[in-house]
Amino acid sequence: MSETTAPASTGLPTATRDGVGASPLRPDGALKATGEFAYSSDMWTEDMLWGATLRSPHPHARLLGVDTAAALALPGVHAVLTHEDVPGEKRYGLEYADQPVLAFGKVRYKGEPVAIVAADHPETARRALDRIRVDYEVLEPVSDPLRAAFDPDCPLVHEEGSVPDDGRHRRGGNLARHQPVRTGAFAEGATVEELRARADVVVTGSYEVGMQDQAFLGPESGLAVPAEDGGVDLYVATQWLHVDQGQIAPCLGLAPDKVRLALAGVGGAFGAREDLSMQVHACLLALRARRPVKIVYNREESFLGHVHRHPARMEYEHGATGDGALLYAVARIVLDGGAYTSTTPAVVGVAASMGVGPYAIPNVRVDAYGVYTTNPPCGAMRGFGAVQACFGYESQMDALAARLGAHPVDLRVANALAQGSRVITGQRIDAPLPMAEMLLRARDAPMPPGRSALPDPADPRTLPGGVSATVLGEGVVRGVGYAVGMKNLCFSEGFDDYSTARVRLESVGGGPAVTVHTAAAEVGQGLVTVQGQIARTELGVERVTVLPADTRVGSAGSSSASRQTYMTGGAVKAACEAVRERVLALARERGPVPPGARLSLSGGAVVSASGDVLVPLAELLDGSPVEETREYHHRATRMVDPVNGQGDSHVQFGMCVHRAVVDVDVELGLVKVVEMTAVQDVGRAVHPQQLVGQIQGATAQGVGLALMEEVQVADGVIRNPSFTDYLIPTVLDTPPMRIDVLECPDPAAPYGLRGAGEPGTLSSTPAVAAAVRAATGRALTRVPIRPEDIVGLPAPRRRR
Amino acid sequence: MSEELHEIRLRVNGAEHTATVPARRLLSDCLRQDLGLTGTHVGCEHGVCGACTVRVDGRPTRSCLMFAVSAQGHEITTVEGLAEPDGTLHPVQRAFRECHGLQCGFCTPGFLTVVSAYLEDNPDPTEEEAREAVGGNLCRCTGYQNIVKAVLRAAEIRREEAAAAPGGERAAGAGERR
Repeated sequence: MSETTAPASTGLPTATRDGVGASPLRPDGALKATGEFAYSSDMWTEDMLWGATLRSPHPHARLLGVDTAAALALPGVHAVLTHEDVPGEKRYGLEYADQPVLAFGKVRYKGEPVAIVAADHPETARRALDRIRVDYEVLEPVSDPLRAAFDPDCPLVHEEGSVPDDGRHRRGGNLARHQPVRTGAFAEGATVEELRARADVVVTGSYEVGMQDQAFLGPESGLAVPAEDGGVDLYVATQWLHVDQGQIAPCLGLAPDKVRLALAGVGGAFGAREDLSMQVHACLLALRARRPVKIVYNREESFLGHVHRHPARMEYEHGATGDGALLYAVARIVLDGGAYTSTTPAVVGVAASMGVGPYAIPNVRVDAYGVYTTNPPCGAMRGFGAVQACFGYESQMDALAARLGAHPVDLRVANALAQGSRVITGQRIDAPLPMAEMLLRARDAPMPPGRSALPDPADPRTLPGGVSATVLGEGVVRGVGYAVGMKNLCFSEGFDDYSTARVRLESVGGGPAVTVHTAAAEVGQGLVTVQGQIARTELGVERVTVLPADTRVGSAGSSSASRQTYMTGGAVKAACEAVRERVLALARERGPVPPGARLSLSGGAVVSASGDVLVPLAELLDGSPVEETREYHHRATRMVDPVNGQGDSHVQFGMCVHRAVVDVDVELGLVKVVEMTAVQDVGRAVHPQQLVGQIQGATAQGVGLALMEEVQVADGVIRNPSFTDYLIPTVLDTPPMRIDVLECPDPAAPYGLRGAGEPGTLSSTPAVAAAVRAATGRALTRVPIRPEDIVGLPAPRRRR
Repeated sequence: MSEELHEIRLRVNGAEHTATVPARRLLSDCLRQDLGLTGTHVGCEHGVCGACTVRVDGRPTRSCLMFAVSAQGHEITTVEGLAEPDGTLHPVQRAFRECHGLQCGFCTPGFLTVVSAYLEDNPDPTEEEAREAVGGNLCRCTGYQNIVKAVLRAAEIRREEAAAAPGGERAAGAGERR
């Protein structure tokens, strides 16, 4: 990858700097480095009030009554609201409107909002919360997802009829969705026993993935300002302004155009901002108190206030012939969705369709389940159901390689999917998929020096445990592990996933200038930079301003599913093309242009095919700006069949391969990750520097899931809602990384690009687990891996 | 709420500020809410993440673990005070921007205050030392690779500038190790 300007697919000349393929500075970088960038928690007006939320202390209880009188009587308190004060729809949700704005009837998880307060100071608001009396009748929590899913006698989290059943993918009970996939003999009704009898080697395994938290650093926050027209303006950190608007407005009983959203600075997202948190609450309080209301969660509240990655229980069985060809795979994946639906059905769809990974397996039986419990609600997190499955199937591949005496990379290469193969839903992979090459590149990358090559192998900083190590490294063993993961990119299963862009080209102060306006959420990934690059490349103008994202322009869809460069990038490209067409028509009409000449835009001018400047844009557009708005839709997908899971449900597939090198102190159970190598095909690197940053960040989050990150839940209660007790990797837990980027263009995608944010989160975790297994010889069927798992102490008494 | 309030004078980024606060007001909250200096970010509220780090008499200090009243008489530098008065970015600020050492940027002020202090004492760190220097700050976006790069680049910028300044080479300690 180079830092030079790359040609666009339009065949445009390359005289414009900082276009597609370059790595220009991010436009928000200086503001973020000076402290001036305004995050949602920095919003401020002189007369604003502070909102606070009273949450259920019980995971499961009947709500008998809420008495707010004493709270309202406190000086400085301007509003205290319960579900009775919600003027419109009482519930909201991304897929089903099943989550109460404020609890009524029952609370279904610890931390569920029950009442909200607005007061003149955050401390006054918190004191008011203490004065609200709530009567609960405590119910038994439904905390075991397996029992909730499969025991017909288990109490229901949602009363029959309160969550819509479509009779196909959701058929009542505590299941939010069950998605089977059947191929080959399994589609014909074959039993596992029949397949097993045909296999030379069979491996089975039970795997568990703990609940991971997105742990963005900027807490949920925003400012709602009541407007003179009876509406409200909300400044908020979110991933998708319009889906927020579409959920907030009905709850407020307002038309959508009365609820206007603007994106405030976002301190990370990773899926946790896809669901609403404080949005409706702040608007309700602002409209009631007729004053601006700001809400900022603290860290503990943040752990209660957003959805987490679904914890998973998974059973796998793989059978192969003696030469290592996969014959069949069976998987049961149970995902604990917690109390409300959120995106659980879509997560199940991903877990099912990606359930056995990127391998050619003629006979597959997968059953993926999303389950309601009274545990904390789970939903979107980077990797979205594919992360959990990847730990399962990659652990299986390693077990199978060990049984066959094969190198783990060789076994994967031998069974690898490629362009033209079909995934288990029957969908044909119609874009390049250089999986075998990627695996070999990961294996062949130079190895980091061994411990004996260190200047001082006893230097505690080089040891697992770091400077707190109490030994000299006598028990340290090195291990190497590999994994590959495949993730669907963009929204799947028939969702009409589109983005909108408005682009304006005009003459400003004697020079051409472009303005790009979308509602796409910059969450840190660098989307604002990319929008500018695309406009420069398409319009040949270097001066580009990307306006702040808000709902004055059409929806851009979500900053999730690795989709924004593809979708909003595609929308900006389409709007630029429309602008260019009009500008060129204008040039033909007004300018000294030979009839029939091939024209393009470059260096701020209309130029001929030979590169001669025919007319500068500033002159051509003086007084007549050109503006166009375009929606970009990716190709259509469809819902998979509810019985056999067949159907072309995905837009695009992304893949990453990781090699992990670890040092394990097998006596202390401590791990130091020495190096991570990632190989990822991105189709086309639009901004190489930001792209590599995405892969590095994804890799680190996968390392965290492998070794330390878990929201620990006991009987529905989060035991570690703080950064003291929920550990995310520091730089000392994060090894040097080697990132190898391939660019095999996808002809269906803008510039041939492939979404890149997620794939690295899949393979990172199982690669680390495989490396620790290689060092210890332990089965390690659960992540995060705990010290006691490594040294083989009996597990502590199960808490659930 | 008859809690006693204190009139305090704080010297922040070279300017005098006054605020009326209870004794338990955290320096982080005072900076953000009483003085309007929202560049100091609060990520965990109890000294783990490092996003709220400011410099107190030059030393990196977690402002969420310090009371505003005890900051009186000390020189406080926040991220807003790192750039030159004419707006020229501090070498650390330039390096983080240039090396893509920030994505969402929420953790960035804490890294910048830490690294600006670190490089004054360690003008020519090795990569390993650069990693250790930021070991007390959390970043969730970057995987730290570009942060380490930015620390080394900031050191390089400081040395370049010291070399360019008249007689300045020794002042920044350039060339001590390389």
